[in-house]
Amino acid sequence: MKVGLFIPCYIDQFYPQVGIATLEVLEKLGMDVSYPLNQTCCGQPMANSGFAGLTKGCNANFIENFKGIDYVVSPSGSCVLHIKEHLHSAENKEQAEFLQHQTFELCEFLTDILKVEKINATFEHRVGFHNSCHGQRMLGLSSMSEKVGERFSKPLSLLKQVKGLELAELNRNDECCGFGGTFCVTEEAVSVKMGKDRVADHLSKKVEYITGGDMSCLMHLEGILKRQKSEVKIIHIAEILNSK
Amino acid sequence: MSSREKILSNIRQNRPKEEVALPTNIDFENFTDDKVQKFVAVLKSIGGEAVEADVDFIKKDISLYFSKTLKIINLYPNLEIIGEDIAQIKDAHDLALVDLAIIEGRMGVAENGSIWLDETCFGGHRVLPFITQHLIIVLKKENLVENMHKAYKNLKINEIGFGLFLAGPSKTADIEQSLVIGAHGARSLKVYLV
Amino acid sequence: MKTHSQASDIFNQDEPRVDWHDESLWFIRQKRDKAAFAIPEWENLRDIASQIKENVLANMDTYLLEFEEKAQQNGIQIHWAADAEEHNQLVLQILQKHGFKKMVKSKSMLTEECHLNPFLEKNGIEVIDTDLGERIVQLRNEPPSHIVLPAIHLKKQDVGDTFHEHLGTEKGASDPQYLTEAARQHLREKFIAADLALTGVNFAIAETGGFVVCTNEGNADMGAHLAKVHIACMGFEKIIPKAENLGVFLRLLARSATGQPVTTYSSHFQKPRAGQEMHVIIVDNGRSTQLGREDFRSSLKCIRCGACMNTCPVYRRSGGHSYHSAVAGPIGIILAPNLDMKKNKDLPFASTLCGSCTNVCPVKINIHEQIWKWRQEVINEGYAGFEKTQGIKLMNTVLSNPKIYRFAGKMGRQTMRFAPFLVNNSLNKWFKNREMPAPPKESFREWYLKNRNNNKNEQ
Ligand code: SF4
Repeated sequence: MKVGLFIPCYIDQFYPQVGIATLEVLEKLGMDVSYPLNQTCCGQPMANSGFAGLTKGCNANFIENFKGIDYVVSPSGSCVLHIKEHLHSAENKEQAEFLQHQTFELCEFLTDILKVEKINATFEHRVGFHNSCHGQRMLGLSSMSEKVGERFSKPLSLLKQVKGLELAELNRNDECCGFGGTFCVTEEAVSVKMGKDRVADHLSKKVEYITGGDMSCLMHLEGILKRQKSEVKIIHIAEILNSK
Repeated sequence: MSSREKILSNIRQNRPKEEVALPTNIDFENFTDDKVQKFVAVLKSIGGEAVEADVDFIKKDISLYFSKTLKIINLYPNLEIIGEDIAQIKDAHDLALVDLAIIEGRMGVAENGSIWLDETCFGGHRVLPFITQHLIIVLKKENLVENMHKAYKNLKINEIGFGLFLAGPSKTADIEQSLVIGAHGARSLKVYLV
Repeated sequence: MKTHSQASDIFNQDEPRVDWHDESLWFIRQKRDKAAFAIPEWENLRDIASQIKENVLANMDTYLLEFEEKAQQNGIQIHWAADAEEHNQLVLQILQKHGFKKMVKSKSMLTEECHLNPFLEKNGIEVIDTDLGERIVQLRNEPPSHIVLPAIHLKKQDVGDTFHEHLGTEKGASDPQYLTEAARQHLREKFIAADLALTGVNFAIAETGGFVVCTNEGNADMGAHLAKVHIACMGFEKIIPKAENLGVFLRLLARSATGQPVTTYSSHFQKPRAGQEMHVIIVDNGRSTQLGREDFRSSLKCIRCGACMNTCPVYRRSGGHSYHSAVAGPIGIILAPNLDMKKNKDLPFASTLCGSCTNVCPVKINIHEQIWKWRQEVINEGYAGFEKTQGIKLMNTVLSNPKIYRFAGKMGRQTMRFAPFLVNNSLNKWFKNREMPAPPKESFREWYLKNRNNNKNEQ
């Protein structure tokens, strides 16, 4: 199974360790993983600012990079969502549709495609999980507090396999953190308040780490934690799944 | 072109052209609770009270809570409570001083504790169940239905002039979300299930 | 006028108050959850409600005509208003025909949208809002901040002060029970004295020519059954085909709005009472335009339950007034640009697109997707402003071109200037209350080249 790794731009630039962890988790599971070197961005930052019309370049680049690959896997629900919903190409329609279908968020890939039931990882800490909206509500990685139906969570089912990990239960399990792309600066006041409130929920549950599947949310929460000089750290779920 | 024509022609031009079938005959037959129990419990949760009763109990109960000196309008025939004669009241505004109205409900809905009342329940004044300070409704247990779908199956809305589902006493939470019973309508609702 | 973000900035200066506002609305969201989860067929009901409304959109003209015909047979007078101005004129004409000077009004977001109150007051009519929350904001000369809970932004002390000033309650008294009682007494007088009552319409039924008004306080009924003339105003999208459809909508409406199983009063007006005059005004005011916008027409399915507002993390932390529009919150964001895109161009950006609104909506409007689409519209219409457009274009150049991207990353990583969401040097905005991550020595790509690359890929 040929897996192409899609590492979103801000992970590439700010959080290389998350890319490394993702790569290693997949390799440990026996995947043939490659990282196409000319990838940049899914195009979401432009599209969500109202400039979807501009993203042709990003789309073409994405399609070009992931030629000949069975699955694209990425440690970011948000970018995966964007690919799934908005990857278009007039010239290369078939390939675009194929990639829309074959692009997976890491946790989902592990639970649904690889059907992982035993992760060989140890992480002896108390952890709070942040549900990113794009991962949860749009990709359906877990059930949502608004919807009547069965409760489940793909990322939590993985975390529960990690030895020594203690999961905290939050007051608001799936409230948005307020990152929201350019929202974090255009609506600075509300964005920060939302972030502070999310952080406060985790802190009240005495967590040592806040984890999640979307580095953008976590970067925002980290920014607030650091400003508050908190000891609590953020860590991407891939890093936990890759820990020994 | 009149506004009517203008609006309608804009709508015709702009409405979606694909037809979506209208869902009909909706019902959910998954209701297993006892209707009386459910109705009593739900009504309690929304600030009202319902008890199973017979005529003697009702008479006693009312005399316990409402003194004869109050202004009472009784439209439930079997109670021998002499109150004001609503037929003598020509102007609805004169009902502003009514303390208690006793009326008969037509149908109760277990899922939400509401009672269907129609024009024939009010002695000629639609405002009665709202303007009275306190409201008592006598309802036949056999007229309880499970849910709103069943309720509408039983109703012939186009045959009435006015009717309503009434669920509990009037209430508001407009000040800091604290629930206050007795906004503009009746301050209390008691239902006797006979 | 302040933009949403400017107004939110001010709103957030009092953080404890923001917490209080957030908690009040979250509490209602929790009540909604409890009510919804008690109905196993909830999601099924939402599907059905949505389908009924889709059917309405496709048959709007037929249903409206059917309604008109049946309502007239019932003795109700029907009027059509193309816009807000015509609606207001129609109301005034009815008042003037009778020589009336006083009217009571129960909640109608449509009349807020049309700015009916200031118009009537200019014409010498005393308008009394009778919903408690609406009365409170009316006395304070403010617009409602929420479609279901008009005074949700106020504390009981604020209400106490207002009532002390206008209704003569004791100074400093802020007990909700006491204040509500004062309002009850005050408004009873107004009900008794009013010549005309105006109400909104929750549902108008084509099949029967009647309409349904839902309240908890009983104010719509107190007004309508005492006044000589009753006017009910409705946006045309309030039409539903059959009475039996109400079974679906009434099960959803109050549970979604406040978590109650049903509103206290669900009043079915079918014919005027003897000697009474009953009017229905059917209003367009931009709705037929919205109906023609394929991406946005389903916003007309809205039954105004307010659930999307209660659940919205942005609304809860910015307050209804920050949306500078009669309808605030997520549904306001997708309705307002249709009426005036220029004035409301900021609203589609007042969202994180988290999608919670779409999940609670009882008629399944894809609210967050429409917010996203309105962003595209606003930009396509050229409302972005030069600076922003340049910023995004630059960002796009960087992000769609691998070589430039890598170069910009290398340079930007160290100075923290590389972050795709930080348009136009808005780094300061990020830093105001947040830190940036510590810059790593190398990017993932650089690491990969050193540690894994076996020349499978060209560099
Ligand atoms: S959009 Fe949906 S959730 Fe929001 S007010 Fe309308 S019906 Fe309610």
